[in-house]
Amino acid sequence: MSTKLNVLDHAMVPDHKIMSEEEVSELLTLYNITTEQLPKIYNDDPAVKTIGAEVDDVIKVIRASHTAGRAEAFRLVIKRPKK
Amino acid sequence: MPSPKRIGRIQFGLLSPKEIREMSVRKIIWADTYDDDGFPYPQGLMDLNLGVIDPGLRCKTCDQKASECPGHFGHIELAKPVIHVGYTRLIRKLLRVTCRSCGRVLLSPDEIEKVVGTEDDQTGDILSEKDVKKERVCPHCGEQQLKINFEKPTTFSEVVVEDGKKVEHKLTPADIRARMEKIPNEDLIPLGINPDVARPEWTILTVLPVPPVTMRPSIILENGQRSEDDLTHKLVDIIRINQRFKENQDAGAPQLIIEDLWELLQYHVTTYLDNEVAGCPPARHRSGRPLKTLSQRLKGKDGRFRGSLSGKRVNFSSRTVISPDPNLSVSQVGVPRAVANEMTIPVRVTAYNIEELKQIVRTGPLRPDVNSPCGANYVIRPDNRRLRLGADNLDTVADMIEPGYMVERQLRDSDVVLFNRQPSLHRMSIMAHRVKVMEGRTFRLNPAVCPPYNADFDGDEMNMHVPQTEEARAEATILIAVQENILSPRFGGPIIGGIHDHVSGIFMLTHEVRWFRKDAALYLLRYSGIERMPEPGKVEDGVEYWSNKQVFSQILPDLNMVFKASSCQNCDVCKKLDCERDAYVRIIDGKLECGTIDKKAIGAFDGQIVNRIIRQQGMKRATQFIDDFTKLSIRSIMYDGFSFGIDDEDLSKTEYGQIDEVLKNAATDVDRRIRIYEDGQLEPMPGRTIEETLEMQIMQVLGKARDLTGQIAGRHLGLGNSAVVMAVSGARGSMLNLTQMAGCIGQQSVRGERIVRGYDDRTLPHFKKGDRGSDAHGFIQHSYKGGLNPTEFFFHAIGGREGLVDTAVRTSQSGYLQRRMINALQDLKVAYDGTVRSTGGKIIQFQYGEDNTDPTKSAFGDPVDVKGIVESILKEEC
Repeated sequence: MSTKLNVLDHAMVPDHKIMSEEEVSELLTLYNITTEQLPKIYNDDPAVKTIGAEVDDVIKVIRASHTAGRAEAFRLVIKRPKK
Repeated sequence: MPSPKRIGRIQFGLLSPKEIREMSVRKIIWADTYDDDGFPYPQGLMDLNLGVIDPGLRCKTCDQKASECPGHFGHIELAKPVIHVGYTRLIRKLLRVTCRSCGRVLLSPDEIEKVVGTEDDQTGDILSEKDVKKERVCPHCGEQQLKINFEKPTTFSEVVVEDGKKVEHKLTPADIRARMEKIPNEDLIPLGINPDVARPEWTILTVLPVPPVTMRPSIILENGQRSEDDLTHKLVDIIRINQRFKENQDAGAPQLIIEDLWELLQYHVTTYLDNEVAGCPPARHRSGRPLKTLSQRLKGKDGRFRGSLSGKRVNFSSRTVISPDPNLSVSQVGVPRAVANEMTIPVRVTAYNIEELKQIVRTGPLRPDVNSPCGANYVIRPDNRRLRLGADNLDTVADMIEPGYMVERQLRDSDVVLFNRQPSLHRMSIMAHRVKVMEGRTFRLNPAVCPPYNADFDGDEMNMHVPQTEEARAEATILIAVQENILSPRFGGPIIGGIHDHVSGIFMLTHEVRWFRKDAALYLLRYSGIERMPEPGKVEDGVEYWSNKQVFSQILPDLNMVFKASSCQNCDVCKKLDCERDAYVRIIDGKLECGTIDKKAIGAFDGQIVNRIIRQQGMKRATQFIDDFTKLSIRSIMYDGFSFGIDDEDLSKTEYGQIDEVLKNAATDVDRRIRIYEDGQLEPMPGRTIEETLEMQIMQVLGKARDLTGQIAGRHLGLGNSAVVMAVSGARGSMLNLTQMAGCIGQQSVRGERIVRGYDDRTLPHFKKGDRGSDAHGFIQHSYKGGLNPTEFFFHAIGGREGLVDTAVRTSQSGYLQRRMINALQDLKVAYDGTVRSTGGKIIQFQYGEDNTDPTKSAFGDPVDVKGIVESILKEEC
């Protein structure tokens, strides 16, 4: 029997969440940016695949931080370019 | 200034012969440059249509003067085509992947699709030589393909099989060009070539552009002779051969001669483009120096990119050797008069400063001595004419001056300058100092600012830059000044502080309790700017005495803190006030109650007191404190005197006996363990072989023995020994260094193991094969003072070399690592909303450091220094 590894269960993998459209537009107005100016993440990233995010989704990553204890980061899912 | 633009696309293409002829203003046919009258030949390499370099002449193309004419290209019609060396790899690839008869790619559409992908889902790969099988038949016309050989630098040949023998058949550039012309446009796209801008036949030159004269100016030597640029020399060669080639061709010379000339032309064009091609002797100047041709202008450290665009030489800078001067403030720099007289600051003349500036102009370019007011070197009139000041025109120019003029004034005391030492690894490598003009030929600086620059005085040189505008000076004083950079953003603590003698001196002053008479106390504090002495600590027989702690307290601001000095031994239970090492430091209301001031308190990188003063009283007070304690500590080290000599490493007979005893016991212990091992009685440690276990045990025994000799030596050497003072106070060295000098140097190691390499089963022929004893594997039982025996000396050299190699490798590796990191992080900035963004406005971090805290202003990583605040209010340790 083979169980598929869920990367999100690993201790070193932070929480990934897909943001709703309202959340995204709120985020964009907060920082006065377009989605292009967000940091990126590839669509074939194991964590992205696990939560089922699609290209152009924005993902919220909540991770432990040395300095702040808990930090939030946002990433735009993009297609991995050809070589 | 124009607004920044985003680059959407960059297109690379080849210059077509048509373009070359279109941009050319003149066809060049004369190999000579100037005639006997010094006038350029028409249609020669210095033709006036190509631009002008001599002042006074006008360009025949654009009718502008030498300074305005940008120069114009000319061209040379080559007698026969030649290969461009820069494209030989592309040519080779194209010859190998296309058909020799029909010019199509040697792959069927299906095969191409396999590599490139379908039109709407391209994998991004382009066709390469490997995708085409060797010597196959063309799928389009059925022609049998031949193997193409390429010989550096520019020879291509086909391999033909004749009578079972392989014969190489040379391809001339004309043949190759004919083949390139046959390749259809649509076949070029899967090869990664855009045929609109880069037809492959353009890699074979039929016409050569001649760069403008402005790109290859001739210089006139002192004897009036003209010396031409390397490029011009090379172009002369090309034209000469080209002309000869043409003449021979027209005269119908035999094929052999034509081929020879063709090859010669190819050689000259090749070296003109790149004079460092493999398999091609570089073209040389008459003196034997290789010519610097086109590619050499761009390549390498001094090339256009790394030498002229990424880094340039600057004006208003100077460089000389540095030397120490503890009487300067850390924020000052001593500048030699010769430098100060040469470097200037432009000052605009106004109604308010006109009298002062007139006086400055009257002083002229030579300032008589360092204390006299500064002079000026140039005066700039409102029409931008520069007047050089000399002894003869000082008064005339001074009387001329009125508002609107500019005076280039010499450097004088308290001007702001930037001071720098390479390698500039962090931002503290460039700091703004205040000028102090001094006699002598070196830059002077307070030794307390050595740590941020990583400078010493064994011949180091440093650079000084003079900011020229008010904005630059304002930035320098507010952001770059030394005071603003005492705290390092690396760990949030002071990076500027006492070193070496500062630490030894302040340690000797403040250790335990000493009493000074008035004259001694005043001697110590003379340069610290103290206005009045406190009440004496005690009066004996009518003589007033001040304690050493009182003396030190004079330079302290109002302060409360408690900490442990670096001489603290970290006892299980701190004895606090009763500490026998006087390592418990307590400062109440700016008075040193007890404890020794040493590296922990004032040293660079530690500096607890300096740190606390910055937090509570600000940078300015901290700078003053650093200035005060450097002067105080230097005075106090001079008061007692401080020296170290060979006899400071002497021990008494008892100690030498004990050390011998310890080493003898260790040797027998090692031998005993070896015997146990040889008898097969040794129990291996978990996860280790028996040999490894034995090695570890031996290392342990010998390490312990060395430490023991250190303790024996330490018993004899007390605080009366200068090396002990330096080690305990943290000024320099450690007790280990002292152990090695007086006791025993100990085990030498390579990669953490005893030395094992050398001969068969032994390190040196002096030992028996298979000897595992301590002295056969690099244990040095003598001290540096006592002297090493020959085998020990050899092992010491082995161990020492490892350290040298390690440092050399580490610096080069970390240097490259840092270069890459800086390239990745440069131009990032913290925006007003706390995000870190790139120049394109892209967000890198949503909050700076995720906690929006400046590490410089944090207390060793934490945003608020709770302990420090509580301590200063309670005046107690918490």
